[in-house]
Amino acid sequence: MTIDLKTIKHIAKLSRISVNDTKAEKLADDLNAIFKFIEKLNELKTEKIKPLTSVAETPLKLRTDEVKSENIREDIIKNSPEDNQDYFVVPKVIE
Amino acid sequence: MTEITKQTLSDLVENIKKKKVSSTEVTKAFIERSKKSKKLNTYITENFNAALDKAKKFDEKPNLDLKLPGIPIAVKDLFCTKNVRTTAGSKILNNFIPTYESTVTKNIWNEGGILLGKLNCDEFAMGSSNETSFFGNVQNPISQNLVPGGSSGGSASALAAQLTPVTIGTDTGGSIRQPASFTGTVGLKPTYGSCSRYGIVAFASSLDQAGPMSQNVKDCALLYEVISSYDKKDSTSIDFKRNNYSQKLTKDIKGKKIGVPKEYRVDNMPKEIDELWQKGIKCIKNCGAEIIEISLPHTSYALPTYYIVAPAEASSNLARYDGVKYGFRAEGKNLIEMYEKTRSEGFGEEVQRRIMIGTYVLSSGYYDAYYLKAQKVRKLIKNDFDEAYKKVDAILTPSTPSSAFKIGEKNNDPVSMYLNDIFTVPVNLAGLPGISIPAGHDSQGYPLGLQIIGKSFDEQNIINIAYSMEEKIEFKNNIKDWWIG
Repeated sequence: MTIDLKTIKHIAKLSRISVNDTKAEKLADDLNAIFKFIEKLNELKTEKIKPLTSVAETPLKLRTDEVKSENIREDIIKNSPEDNQDYFVVPKVIE
Repeated sequence: MTEITKQTLSDLVENIKKKKVSSTEVTKAFIERSKKSKKLNTYITENFNAALDKAKKFDEKPNLDLKLPGIPIAVKDLFCTKNVRTTAGSKILNNFIPTYESTVTKNIWNEGGILLGKLNCDEFAMGSSNETSFFGNVQNPISQNLVPGGSSGGSASALAAQLTPVTIGTDTGGSIRQPASFTGTVGLKPTYGSCSRYGIVAFASSLDQAGPMSQNVKDCALLYEVISSYDKKDSTSIDFKRNNYSQKLTKDIKGKKIGVPKEYRVDNMPKEIDELWQKGIKCIKNCGAEIIEISLPHTSYALPTYYIVAPAEASSNLARYDGVKYGFRAEGKNLIEMYEKTRSEGFGEEVQRRIMIGTYVLSSGYYDAYYLKAQKVRKLIKNDFDEAYKKVDAILTPSTPSSAFKIGEKNNDPVSMYLNDIFTVPVNLAGLPGISIPAGHDSQGYPLGLQIIGKSFDEQNIINIAYSMEEKIEFKNNIKDWWIG
């Protein structure tokens, strides 16, 4: 199986990464080499195997739903590239 | 007294406790040496002035009951440090100043450690040579133009060059053990769930673990007992009985059964790696342990599995970098264009490649064929270890399939770069602890490491085996100060 440029551009769109044609070609080459290497897994029959989602054998712990943090509004907004009062600012989305 | 920067962590702790030296003197010595190390490019952010202030404060009212009394420590720049810039080696976090502290670093400061600075690493810990960092290559102090390994390359290099007495790294597929091996230092990847992941910039959440890097096994045990803790802020942190690992150290490993997996004798393995392994086997026997040949039949499937699981988790974890909440933002005509430009300009080539792989294997129509398949093979790999541990207490392998390579040598071939992690990746997939100790040199004089893999939560056992072997191996790191400037 090979990954073509159309697929690369589709994945790039899903990844929210902009790619031009040159970059797409390079990525296609790289990904094809990597997937050729990954195809090795097809040698194994795995129909009856249960997938491993976590190596921790203990179940995830539940905790009570309590508010613990103080008022950290300023901390949250502090690193934003652009903010206005208590809001993150993004390019206009509604005309 | 030996020159301060040449002392091990354990010596420094003892000398501070005995008041033979002050925290200020120790901190000054490491700062002076670090200032002369620009050629190595290990530091992304220096914290020297604040460190000196802290050291002075410590000396005014020293608490000598602490485990790291006034000891300056530089850490990998993947740990969030409150009010100190944390970049993860990426342009996208170039200006990020955390408002909170990672649990692992907090544990260090609570025991008296002092932050010396933030060390270079591969971008988002994705790399095996420290060449993917936005902040440039790191030089291995062993020799000019040699990579220090990665992703904890800055940590390994700074430690080997004695710019910090010990350090911490993170290990998702070998990122502590491989650079430790390349620099002649000790590195431990603990059991998954042993060290909290809270406040560590996430790469692949089911694999990431923080761990200590040190000059010797004793220091490794001491730092490990400081950083390992149960933490409610990490839902995968595990509440098990943690030891005072450094106090329970013993060289007595008589009667231990050590497995040697035949599948690790890979094709094209350099002769020197095989010889190193044989040397390790002999050494273990001399320590009084028994060698047992074992089989881990799915070993060759570990890397392909890893290169599905890790990028899949990374693509999901890195979705948060959108130019809105923090970090770098590029301008765009609309919201989508802003996202796409931000991510394409903010992430480096390797990170974008892995996001693309991850997005692809999780995308509609491919999930079962790749991601689910990989999770099933991951189960088989874990079963291999479970089966082996019915017969043995620990497993001995080489840490890496080669010694350190030249900067630029493997840049153009991602797959050949990935092969570096062939002996370390299975350990992460199975969630086990693994320690790399320096065990010899290749023909060029570059260090080579051996890896001891343990059962889950059996760190004490592998640390003891490493401690026992260390004494017999008598490894000497021949680092010249060519980089001092």
